[in-house]
Amino acid sequence: MTAQEAAPGGDALEVFRRDVQAWLQENFPQELAGQDNPLAAIEGNAPASPAAQAWKAAIGSRGWGTPTWPREYGGGGLDHRQAKILNEEMAAVGAWNPIGGMGVMMLGPTLLEFASEEQKRRHIPPICRSEIRWCQGYSEPGAGSDLAALQTRAEDCGDHYLINGQKTWTSGGQWADWCFALVRTDKQRKHDGISFLLIDMQSPGVEVRPIQLISGTSPFCETFFTDVRVPKENLVGEENGGWTIGKRLLQHERTNLSGGAAGRGGRGGGSLAKIGEYYLGKNDAGQLPDADLRTRIARFEMRQRAFRLTAQRVLAEARSGAPAAASSILKNVGAELTQERAELTLEMMGLNGLGWEGDGFTPQELMATRGWLWGKAVSIYGGTAEIQNNVIAKRILGMQGE
Amino acid sequence: MAVLNEEQRLLRDMARDWADQQSPVSAFRRLRDSGTPGVDPATWQSMANMGWAGIVIPEAHGGSNFGYLGLGLVLEESARTLTASPLAASALGAASALVLGGNPEQQARYLPGIASGELIACLAIDDGPRHQPQSFSTRASRSDDGWVLHGSKAFVAEGGQAQLLVVAAETDSGPALFLVEVDTPGLERAARHLADARDHCALQLDAVVLPEAALLGAAGDRKLLDAVLDRARIGAAAEMLGMAVQSFNLTLDYLKTRVQFDEIIARFQALQHRMARLFTEIELLRSTVEEALAAIDRDDPELPQLASLAKATANDTLHLMSREMIQLHGGIGMTDEHDAGFYLKRARVLENSWGNASFHRDRYARLCGY
Ligand SMILES: Cc1cc2nc3c(=O)[nH]c(=O)nc-3n(C[C@H](O)[C@H](O)[C@H](O)COP(=O)(O)OP(=O)(O)OC[C@H]3O[C@@H](n4cnc5c(N)ncnc54)[C@H](O)[C@@H]3O)c2cc1C
Repeated sequence: MTAQEAAPGGDALEVFRRDVQAWLQENFPQELAGQDNPLAAIEGNAPASPAAQAWKAAIGSRGWGTPTWPREYGGGGLDHRQAKILNEEMAAVGAWNPIGGMGVMMLGPTLLEFASEEQKRRHIPPICRSEIRWCQGYSEPGAGSDLAALQTRAEDCGDHYLINGQKTWTSGGQWADWCFALVRTDKQRKHDGISFLLIDMQSPGVEVRPIQLISGTSPFCETFFTDVRVPKENLVGEENGGWTIGKRLLQHERTNLSGGAAGRGGRGGGSLAKIGEYYLGKNDAGQLPDADLRTRIARFEMRQRAFRLTAQRVLAEARSGAPAAASSILKNVGAELTQERAELTLEMMGLNGLGWEGDGFTPQELMATRGWLWGKAVSIYGGTAEIQNNVIAKRILGMQGE
Repeated sequence: MAVLNEEQRLLRDMARDWADQQSPVSAFRRLRDSGTPGVDPATWQSMANMGWAGIVIPEAHGGSNFGYLGLGLVLEESARTLTASPLAASALGAASALVLGGNPEQQARYLPGIASGELIACLAIDDGPRHQPQSFSTRASRSDDGWVLHGSKAFVAEGGQAQLLVVAAETDSGPALFLVEVDTPGLERAARHLADARDHCALQLDAVVLPEAALLGAAGDRKLLDAVLDRARIGAAAEMLGMAVQSFNLTLDYLKTRVQFDEIIARFQALQHRMARLFTEIELLRSTVEEALAAIDRDDPELPQLASLAKATANDTLHLMSREMIQLHGGIGMTDEHDAGFYLKRARVLENSWGNASFHRDRYARLCGY
């Protein structure tokens, strides 16, 4: 038995690592190193530089923006160990993944599970290349936490549905090419009268009106549907079977949101202590001069560490097939950390951290203000903190009452 | 403990009606959308006509000498609807500096204008973005017949519309306050746009030459500085109380009307407890604010502790309330169209003015000897 035969997995992984290194060397433009913009989602439709576009095209056509999705639909076809190596090597050269958005975070995994073969072949590859932007048509003015109260009607007209109604808080609605929506196909039944539809935003009768946020940007819209024709081939799953699909998609959304908070805590301006040192200096003992603030920073960073450990534990338990009750806490803790970090940053910057525009502020300070305001949404979208707690109490703890 | 007398209650009711009718939040919104955010001469005129600019100024100088508790009630009510006015800066901050530290000539020269509202004055204390009154990098040096000031001030509230500034500077014998008219050569002002869309400006003092008569009180009189600052802190706490009350009321109204799961969401016990907690915090805050205001009026030696108590409590309470206001409104609270964002932004500006909660807890402990 040769050494190679003894450790096939390990060697294959080493080969894979070298392939990734070579590929990155060739395809990742060095000038982009470390330039990931965590606020890109808030800033909307800012044009990408030619280098950034080239990078997106390269990783998209390789499928490595969606590394674990099947190759046949444009994904990378990697297993978890390979995906981890890809991550490590990208981080090592300051590369980041430009393939994202709701298509990747939410719709793709849902289609992989529920869509027909034809729908997968049509809709997933453009997601892997980030060519089509998707938006989420779930919430309505009267249906937020109580999503199943949604009223947007889809009337059966033979080969197509006719859609009438209003969605709201549609993130990216004004830039989206397509919308995945929950619509009502049966008025008599609440949860069992909902269907999951894919709607082309260019269809006649679709109208979006941007809504301005407290952070001054308008990343989301009201979306109106007036006699919009949607071919029946765009129904995912069964008619009236959309609730199950829609809820699964929400699970993907929540997982991604909490994962994001774990990442942001690590990057995004570095450690809070460093920011504190910059704005407050140090005392003779080499510590932050504000003891109360210092304790709260330590509390935050320790909690963030506990959060990361939990996220890792959940992942490990999920891989080993054990039920991971702890996964239910990640969305709320992640949201809380995102908000707390912003509040602490602001406190250290003092009034400089509340700059709105104009002279007298660094770009980081202006970004801190906007990011702080935007961050108030993370405990609201994708299911509010209260609804998430209800889920924990009822489903996990069995506190159902009667 | 502060209990309002008949006159004080009348004043509060008058201020409440005025705020609701003459200065609702929609007026602030219009101002925010206008070209000159934070400056609203007509509203200030209306407040001055009610006599509010002279509440703590002696009758001899055109005021009503009605006391700080009275002024605090008006501050609370006008801030409740986010009135953009220099009431706190001029009628409380600068007026206090002159009443406490001014000599008869200085008082006669400036107080009548402040009392009538025609002269807008404000405090220019902090050099940087945080409250650090222990020492100033802005320096005042003696010259032959007066003083020369060098330095800068970071965020002077209502400084853009003020004609008179009370500037803190370090002298050889310690901190001092100077009366600086805004057209004095060597003084430059630059607007600073904060998230609260109010009037703030930065000052540059480049060899500003002042006569001896510009000095308030004596150079190195830290007691005077502290007394002025404590009044500013308590005034800010009164404004924050008003904002907390309004944020609470708007949220409560919303919970009683918004329907989800076929019920008004006020029926959900999780939300009931949240509101009960906020109600509790705001009641505690009210006690500390009214007590601190009354302590000024009765010249209580414990005033510094009470000022820190009120400001720290205001910071904690409004911080929580402003976050909960958005959270409990859900998506609608995140929109600019809703007022929740205005309260959140203004809350953080006031939290970071005149000392944050850490500053005041630390000061409280020191004042109490531990
Ligand atoms: C920035 C942002 C982006 C968004 N993007 C999208 C998008 O792209 N697509 C989309 O479809 N939606 C989107 N949403 C909408 C989001 O999913 C909803 O805002 C959310 O589900 C809450 O609904 P609501 O706003 O109607 O609040 P409500 O449901 O009215 O809730 C108001 C308050 O009541 C609480 N509450 C409600 N029910 C209960 C209960 N049973 N027990 C205890 N508390 C309760 C809530 O937690 C909240 O605090 C977005 C929202 C935001 C803020």
